[in-house]
Amino acid sequence: IEQGLCFAADIISTVEFNYSGELLATGDKGGRVVIFQHEQESKNRPHLRGEYNVYSTFQSHEPEFDYLKSLEIEEKINKIRWLPQQNAAHFLLSTNDKTIKLWKISERDKRAEGYNLKDEDGRLRDPFRITSLRVPVLMPMDLMVEASPRRIFANAHTYHINSISVNSDHETYLSADDLRINLWHLEITDRSFNIVDIKPANMEELTEVITAAECHPHQCNVFVYSSSKGTIRLCDMRAAALCDRHSKFFEEPEDPSSRSFFSEIISSISDVKFSHSGRYMMTRDYLSVKVWDLNMENRPVETYQVHEYLRSKLCSLYENDCIFDKFECCWNGSDSAIMTGSYNNFFRMFDRNTRRDITLEASRESSKPRATLKPRKVSTGGKRKKDEISVDSLDFNKKILHTAWHPKENVIAVAATNNLYIFQDKIN
Amino acid sequence: MFTKGTKRKFSDPGEEPASSGDPGPAAPSAAARTLSSSYSLQRQSLLDMSLIKLQLCHMLVEPNLCRSVLIANTVRQIQEEMTQDGTWHIMTQALAAAQCPADRLVATEVLCRQTDAAAQAGQSPKPFSVVGLQEGYHSEEVVMEGDVETEVTMSSLSPLSPQLSSASYLTGPFEVGPCWEEEDEEEDHSESSEPSLMSEHSRHPALEELFSDVDPSYYDLDTVLTGTPKMGPYDLLESLSSHGPTALSSSSSCRSDLNELDHIMEIIVGS
Repeated sequence: IEQGLCFAADIISTVEFNYSGELLATGDKGGRVVIFQHEQESKNRPHLRGEYNVYSTFQSHEPEFDYLKSLEIEEKINKIRWLPQQNAAHFLLSTNDKTIKLWKISERDKRAEGYNLKDEDGRLRDPFRITSLRVPVLMPMDLMVEASPRRIFANAHTYHINSISVNSDHETYLSADDLRINLWHLEITDRSFNIVDIKPANMEELTEVITAAECHPHQCNVFVYSSSKGTIRLCDMRAAALCDRHSKFFEEPEDPSSRSFFSEIISSISDVKFSHSGRYMMTRDYLSVKVWDLNMENRPVETYQVHEYLRSKLCSLYENDCIFDKFECCWNGSDSAIMTGSYNNFFRMFDRNTRRDITLEASRESSKPRATLKPRKVSTGGKRKKDEISVDSLDFNKKILHTAWHPKENVIAVAATNNLYIFQDKIN
Repeated sequence: MFTKGTKRKFSDPGEEPASSGDPGPAAPSAAARTLSSSYSLQRQSLLDMSLIKLQLCHMLVEPNLCRSVLIANTVRQIQEEMTQDGTWHIMTQALAAAQCPADRLVATEVLCRQTDAAAQAGQSPKPFSVVGLQEGYHSEEVVMEGDVETEVTMSSLSPLSPQLSSASYLTGPFEVGPCWEEEDEEEDHSESSEPSLMSEHSRHPALEELFSDVDPSYYDLDTVLTGTPKMGPYDLLESLSSHGPTALSSSSSCRSDLNELDHIMEIIVGS
């Protein structure tokens, strides 16, 4: 894997490729969205083939203050999801804790000149002075990329939104908070359908929350949501208006020998992603990534240990709150590999076919152009080999929570706090 | 319960004391007691840590509900285990007995509440629902459990003390307000419970430095740990048109009571 690029920003909170992989969107803690575009290959400068450059930057969300609750609403972008492209413009959904916005990103490379009613400065002409009419002409101009908010979906979530997911019908999407999931139509902003509600009548009885939700990539009536107790529920919207009864319930039985006071916390699922094929789904809990066959509910078909060496450190990680970190995971385009982040700016990739795994580090040291990333290893006790790093030396402030994989090529985007790294596989 | 090899070397569940009834290895009773006391200490420490975490949920931004739920569940697990051990009751009794406002430890009183239903069902103690450190906001009738006035010892957070050996907040059956106080709770509840809470607090001479440092809004019955004041039933339509009327009157009266209380405490404590 070769090094690509590194961009510095505010703390990055979400990373997402669009359907073609041409665009890569990042959202940050300051409410900004930065979109990168994959440069076309250039025969003149072959070494720049496939670079990503900044395409558009805009402020998506602003901080708000809820006067009734005396609370701030953070402008941090929790998730970005692209809509499939239907015309020249690009559309994406971005959300903070409370409000989802649909943004249109369009290019403007032509400008009309020769207006009748206003002159080139834009000043209005006196209509009585106009003696002849002309047809305005489109002249080329420097490319301008504009982002404009087209829809604002607000006031539908009492709790913090953790997921949004565009449906395969391309007309609806779901948004999930800690206790409820709503279904929206992209054209309608003043109402949404509540399709899941796990809020208990008595809040004191609350023991489980929704942690993530996603629509099935092909079946527009199917979606899943994961919980803080390590369960996943698959729901069919055709069954009932309120999908409180799941169609399928996925849970791996607990291993009684490894039970501890932290068992529930580390079983909490931080991310759920369908495979591109729609046959599998992947879940991320604190220590592992699991691949589930949608036809088998009682256990995952594959389990990958991300950083098992942390199991003996759970008490410290509880103390410093790292145990609550929400790591995401992603599939590659062909579903043959999966990727997720870890600490110390490490991220892990697992090949499902060969069962090989690799640990890589996203750091400035290795960010020289065309440098090859070196595999890293954490020594798990005993003698520490050269080049290995011991568990106690890991920097738990450097966490890679957000990663994304190009839908078609071997290009990955890794967010390390406030740096975005883009790596490409050059097989030449 | 704690896995082997954890940093603090928790003992194996199999080595737990007699309650398990496990024949086990014929370890010397002294060693077994040492192991179990070490385990108890660590479990207690975990409990204290968890309570502090819930307490620190107060922020300007709404705290993470998932995190709060997970911590509360952890506390519940510990409580259940300690109840089975019989150590829960012992601890609460010990705390009730030991009323010593040490440098950092100040006793405060929290009602030990038991719902009528629970009392009738004979279950004791009621499982820990959620911690509301400042306030016991609850929706049911407040019933004193017998003549035992349970007390809670808390360590002050300023200066931040890691050692919280006796800082156990929970005292037997209770219904403490959840730290994710819901927004659509009826207004009646706060009004009925407010006076009793206030009287409990005012009875107690010593108050934590913690409280005096803390913004009075902490004491708001409505906010508890999430800082969410009570609202009318949350309704999408309602919120779309305008924010519905909220029960701010009750919270403001509570606020003024607490401000007064604060003032009194400051005088008494002499800070």
